[in-house]
Amino acid sequence: MFAVVGTVPDKNFPLLSGPVDLSDDKLIMGDLRVPVNRGTPALLASAFQVCEFFNAPPPAAYLVGDIGTGAGSRSLYAYLEEKIAGECFTSLTFHYIQPDVDWHNRVLFAIGRMAEPPVLIADAGFMYAAKMSGQSDAYEIFTPDIGELAFLADADAPHPFYTRGFIFHEPERAPELISKAYQHDNAARHLLVKGKTDIVADAGGVIESITEPVVPSMEAIGGTGDIITGLLAAFTALGHDGRKACIYASTVARMAGVLADPSPGSQVVDIIEHIPMSLKQFFQT
Amino acid sequence: MGLLAFFKKTKTTAAKTPNDRGILVFENTSEVIRAENLLKQHDRSIRVMGPPPEIRTGCDLVIEFPLIEGLDILRSLEAENISPLQVVPVTGPLLEPVNIFFTTDYGQFLMVQAANMKMTVDQTSLTVVNVSGGGCPDVPYLAAEMVGKRLDEAPSPRSIGHTLCGYALQLAYEEIMRKCSP
Repeated sequence: MFAVVGTVPDKNFPLLSGPVDLSDDKLIMGDLRVPVNRGTPALLASAFQVCEFFNAPPPAAYLVGDIGTGAGSRSLYAYLEEKIAGECFTSLTFHYIQPDVDWHNRVLFAIGRMAEPPVLIADAGFMYAAKMSGQSDAYEIFTPDIGELAFLADADAPHPFYTRGFIFHEPERAPELISKAYQHDNAARHLLVKGKTDIVADAGGVIESITEPVVPSMEAIGGTGDIITGLLAAFTALGHDGRKACIYASTVARMAGVLADPSPGSQVVDIIEHIPMSLKQFFQT
Repeated sequence: MGLLAFFKKTKTTAAKTPNDRGILVFENTSEVIRAENLLKQHDRSIRVMGPPPEIRTGCDLVIEFPLIEGLDILRSLEAENISPLQVVPVTGPLLEPVNIFFTTDYGQFLMVQAANMKMTVDQTSLTVVNVSGGGCPDVPYLAAEMVGKRLDEAPSPRSIGHTLCGYALQLAYEEIMRKCSP
């Protein structure tokens, strides 16, 4: 089983852990139902679809409500520090959490005490904290977009908001930024750079560029990156190596986008519902 | 250049040297945003900047201010129950926030990116249709509160956001407001 760690944009959502279910566009955890239209619930819904397709156990989740004050994130960090060493997961994917270097380090230290080291994937706020901590090499995959790649490439930036002006965000500069990120030890073993072209890279440079199919409006839709990370988490848990998992996740997400035929005003749930068909097309044809 | 102009320039440059500036450090970004709103209302010469390395935690902002005005500024903040954790002089260069915008015009829809945040509006109805990017936990919350509302009805990210991602979204929001204003 694999687990996803993240937040729900509801300050009253309690700290919960355990397997998730999916029904009628709602993520189910315990007695609670959460819309999957953005954030970690969207990631989990995407991962769930892969598990269901392959008859694999559903993902487990560690979720807490946080609307940005960081209070929920800190309680989640503390819970993980106390509990995670006793758990057994093939992979752990970290998502929307308030970036905090000290808490990141405490959780990473606790993960180091697990009997079997899980594959670690970091996206969103936890990726920011991982980079800031100087321990990016503990991770198998980071999933930045081009702005976040610029942040990884900038040795001094503590957050993408401060990426210095001379580090350009243009997609055509991605190979250069990838090189800088590895040069400064600010990248995981694999990078999946999300954009119009998805790029899979490692310390040797660009491994694969995925350009087709392309759905330009997906860039504007909040949560499309969450779909990719969710698919990636599931494919990694199914045993695919980092490179393959990245390529599969990128392609399946794009195919779901084609099936959804979205406009920039569509919502991510409109794409998530096409994941089962895109999996079928990708793996059975 | 005339002599008077030379002296004027020298004076202006000296006023901007780091030794004349201090920073206000707050517990969280929400406090920074509250303080910034208040001090700008009072026409204070302040800038929101990145903190120096020794006090960074990963998601923070500080307010740079003229040291000479420190007492007045603190009094203004205290009157509104806003208390900085620390007030320290600037001893080195501070990080400047990203200030470049990327705009994509899809025809009916317009997307503006500021740093790691993107906002998309329907240009015909001026409705916020999507918020994407970012990594802090207020991003999904801001999206939930803003998407589906007209720009003039949606809460501004500054008013309900808490993090640097929320602050970046505010910049995208302001740029969209500017581009969509008649």
